[in-house]
Formats: sequence, C-alpha cells, structure tokens
Amino acid sequence: MKAGFFATRWGIVAVGLFIGVAAALLQYWGNPPNMGVCVACMERDIAGALGLHRAAVVQYLRPEIMGFVIGSLIAALLFREYRARTGSAPIVRFCLGMFAMIGALVFLGCPWRALLRLAGGDWNALVGIAGLTVGIGVGVLFLKGGYNLGRTYKAKPFAGLIMPLIMVALFAMLMAKPLFGRAKQVVDGVETMIITGPVFFSAEGPGSMAAPVAVSLLVAIAIGFLAQRSRFCTMGAVRDVILTRDFHLVSGIVALVVAAFAANLVLKQFHPGWEGQPIAHTNHLWNFMGMALSGLAFSLAGGCPGRQLILSGEGDGDAAVFVLGMIVGAGFAHNFTLASSPAGPALFGPAAVVIGIVFCLIVGFAMREKFA
Amino acid sequence: MKQIDARGLSCPQPVIMARKGMAEMGSGKLEVLVDSVTSRDNVMRAARLEGCETEVSAKDDEFSVIISKK
Repeated sequence: MKAGFFATRWGIVAVGLFIGVAAALLQYWGNPPNMGVCVACMERDIAGALGLHRAAVVQYLRPEIMGFVIGSLIAALLFREYRARTGSAPIVRFCLGMFAMIGALVFLGCPWRALLRLAGGDWNALVGIAGLTVGIGVGVLFLKGGYNLGRTYKAKPFAGLIMPLIMVALFAMLMAKPLFGRAKQVVDGVETMIITGPVFFSAEGPGSMAAPVAVSLLVAIAIGFLAQRSRFCTMGAVRDVILTRDFHLVSGIVALVVAAFAANLVLKQFHPGWEGQPIAHTNHLWNFMGMALSGLAFSLAGGCPGRQLILSGEGDGDAAVFVLGMIVGAGFAHNFTLASSPAGPALFGPAAVVIGIVFCLIVGFAMREKFA
Repeated sequence: MKQIDARGLSCPQPVIMARKGMAEMGSGKLEVLVDSVTSRDNVMRAARLEGCETEVSAKDDEFSVIISKK
C-alpha cells in the first residue's frame, strides 16, 4: 500500500469501512450500545472521571480518545506531517468546542455516533443528521461570506506534544486509578475524612460499559492512524458536498454507515425503531436543534470532534484547544442540567442550545474578513 | 502569475481562496501557497474538480501548487 493510497477515493472508503466495523465490534466487546466510538460521549465520560461533572453513570477514562490522539501522532511522525502550530483565535475555538459539546449532549452523540446510531437502527439519528447538515450548511454560508478564524503560526515542536502528553497522563490514571478526593464525613457526630474520586469510574450506566482497555486502545490507535492519513472528517464530508460538490470525504462516511450496519446485522446489534433506542431520546425538535448547533460549531471550527482530536495529535494546538473546550463543555452540560437523557431533553438544554446558536451566529458574523 | 498565500490557513480556507482565484482568472496560471499536506491535497483536488491541471513543488514545510486553467 503506497503512502498516497489514503488520499484516494478508495482510501477514504477503506478507512470508513474500518471505523464502521471497529465501532460495531467495540460495542460487541463491551462499549455502550451504538457507541462503539463517540468522541462527544467519550470526552464526556473523561470529564466525569476527572470530576468536572458528577453524573455518576458517565464517568470513565475512555482509552479510545487517547488512542485517536496517539495514533494520529504516530502517523504524523512516520509520514513527516507532524507540525506544531497554533495561534488561530484559540478562545473562540474553545467556546465553539464548549457549545459543540452541549449541542451533541442534547442530541446524545457526536456525528460519528449519529452515523453509528443510524447503522444500529435508531431512526432518531436521521433527525440529528438532518440538523447536523443544516448547521453545517449555515456554516458554509459564513465561509462563503468571508468567515475565517485567521492564520496559525508555526510553534516549537513541544507545543504540539502537549495534547498527546495529556493523553499519556490520562492513560496513566486509567491504569493506576488514583483517588485524589478528600471529603469530610460525619457519622454519629464523629467527623472523619474519606478518600474518594476523582478519578471516578461509573459502577453502573453507560460509563460502566467498556471493551477491554487494551482492545479499545489498540483499535483507537489504528483508527487515529488511518484518520490522520485519510483526513477522515464527518463535518468536512457534508461541508465539501455543499461548498464544492466534492464527494471525496462523504464516500468515507457512507462506507462507515454501510460497514457498521453490516457488522451490526452479523453481531445481532441491529434493532430498528424510534422508541426505546439505547442512550437516545425521541424529541425530534431538540435532536435536530442540538445537532444543528454542533454542526454549526464544527464548521466554524473547521472539523468534527474526531477530526479535531486527530489534528491535535499531529501538532495543531488550536484543535487541542477545541478539544479542551469540548471536555469543559461536557462538565457544564451535566452540572447545569443541559445534557439530555433517554427520558428527553434536560430542563435547561433547549435554552443552552439557543444561546449556543446565538453565540455561533455572532462568531460567524464577527469573524468575517472584512471586519478583521 | 497571480499568487494566493494560504499558508497558516486551515481547510477549507485554502480551497475557497483557490476556487475564487480560479473563477476570477479566466485562463492561465495561478500559484497557491500552502503549508500542510492536507491543504496541498485539497487544493489539488479542488482544481481537478474544476478541470484544471496542477503542479506541485515543495520547499521546507511549504508547498506551491500551480494551477493551470485552459
């Protein structure tokens, strides 16, 4: 296989097929249903494990996130594409990451999971994908109108290694499971100090469901490697079709859905319907709006959550800031009762989506070239 | 030859700038400067989609993509 294979149509299709099958298998091996890989959900679980939110059912240091970054770093180093760079409106990217996560947690999934939910028979995903497409479409209008977050600048190589090093630190904590929390507890009038998390690990719920660490990590490293080589991006796929009628990336996401669907059939994980889908709700309006917010934020930031992780692995400090924004956003989403549950949208989720859309629209208008 | 400096810009900006340049120039040659392999490949693909020919040269971390439009 020559180095340029992944730049071809068949290359991107092969990567989509691999991710689709790998995701279905990760579910089969223990990951939550229709969540073989979900960057938003997995970063949310990491936020929970670190105590940035206290939703007890979604706390786990997901090795998949670490693997994506490390796999990308390996590919970038091997193929001499590692370039430390930063400086393109990091605070804007941080906030876009936060709101992208909030939107994703109102829908309950990132674009990868939207595709996997569809491939598992969860028709609510169609509503989310429609919202995602509209959000990206609005982003394309801004791009056509001169929207631009500005240039990045070359940085010292170490700057680009910080995100991979954070991932190594997270992996060390996953292995050692340290308990950093100290809390006072009064029992029968006697005050004692108890040792607790973080790091937190869910005892029940989606956070307690996981494929074996080594399997998750190795599969994710492979995905990270391939995604770096192929530039796999769900947001970019839709954007390129709308913007330039370029169907290159979209052939990868179609391949992902087809492969995950076929694998789900074989593994008996295909359960078609609207109601009772795992880690999903049936509120069409907020499934649509949540993903519309995410799609808009992704397009303004230049990549879906998976792509941002991959970029952060190849030295892009601005993508790393977006990722950190997503993780902090997950903390807000659960602490502020914004994240949906299978029962439906949370009390303040819809308001947060509206605020997020308003923020993104302001960014879209304010960051046009003519105003720069 | 018109030159577009898309260095430091992430996708899709280099593609948007290249497409704008191709639309404005009628026929002839256009040079697009980029500083990532991703941008290089994307600009080349965008040019091919427009029926143009491309020629690439590399210098350090940067690439020059010459787009020829007939």
